[in-house]
Amino acid sequence: MWKWFHKLASPPHFYRLAGLWAPWLMGAALILIAYSLYAGLVLAPPDYQQGDAFRIIYVHVPSAYLSLMAYTMMAVASAIGLVWRMKLAHAVAASAAPIGASFTFLALFTGSVWGHPMWGTWWEWSDPRMMTELILLFLYLGYMALRAAFEDRKRADRAGAVLAIVGVVNVVLVHYSVEWWSSLHQGQTVMNEDATMPASMLTPLLTMILAFTLFFGAVMFMRLRGEILLRETNARWVRRMVTGEAAHG
Amino acid sequence: MAEFFAMGGYAGYVWSAFGVTLIVLAGNGWFARRRHAQIIASLRRNAQVESTEAQPGFKEVMT
Repeated sequence: MWKWFHKLASPPHFYRLAGLWAPWLMGAALILIAYSLYAGLVLAPPDYQQGDAFRIIYVHVPSAYLSLMAYTMMAVASAIGLVWRMKLAHAVAASAAPIGASFTFLALFTGSVWGHPMWGTWWEWSDPRMMTELILLFLYLGYMALRAAFEDRKRADRAGAVLAIVGVVNVVLVHYSVEWWSSLHQGQTVMNEDATMPASMLTPLLTMILAFTLFFGAVMFMRLRGEILLRETNARWVRRMVTGEAAHG
Repeated sequence: MAEFFAMGGYAGYVWSAFGVTLIVLAGNGWFARRRHAQIIASLRRNAQVESTEAQPGFKEVMT
């Protein structure tokens, strides 16, 4: 087990595996997204209160979930990178940031578009859920800007890691914002015993969450490959790959 | 069919949410691919510069 883990963490081995897994993950994600779109837009009945507007849930909740999941992954990877000085962990953190930022934007955008017909407002500055999610977007952008400010990659890794770890407090705030403070935002739908959704409505949501997760994994592997190359510039396997067969890329 | 696209009067909301989502998904895939290709290209350029100049040490590549 330990040996297997060590091999997995070796950059050339992981680079190759990520290249093998990415297309399969992407294929599975796209099939599942197509199914979930059909099930969510066509098969699921309109909500008795929200009509067809409720269907925005099928892109809003998976995006919001990914925005938090990606940040948590970024913070955990950063901590591992700082403590064990593991280059691959920093590469994971650096790869997760732009993807997480894009899904945070999506969560905000789809939430705004859903909020207008339901609450009568696109945006509410005093709302805790909206504010904490907006801060999440700024944390991602701040993390990327901070990294870009360093010429030296090792220093960028370390400085970014500290910011990522400190910012994880905000993930907790986003999650509990609807419970701790009064918010326009409704409570949790998934894994909530009080909120019951019929299977025809719930299934597309769950499959879409799975689809988005697979998609995240695929893009993560694609980005990780680049980040690994940047950190292994002087390694012989990278030089051989770059100067030798182009097919590897 | 027209009824499906009308989304019970919420067409603008529903389709913009789903449309922008698909754009962001496509953008994620496209940018990830492009970045990998750019990194390979810059490493290759550096390797060529290095071999013509015949000096040890690798140049810093793009961040």
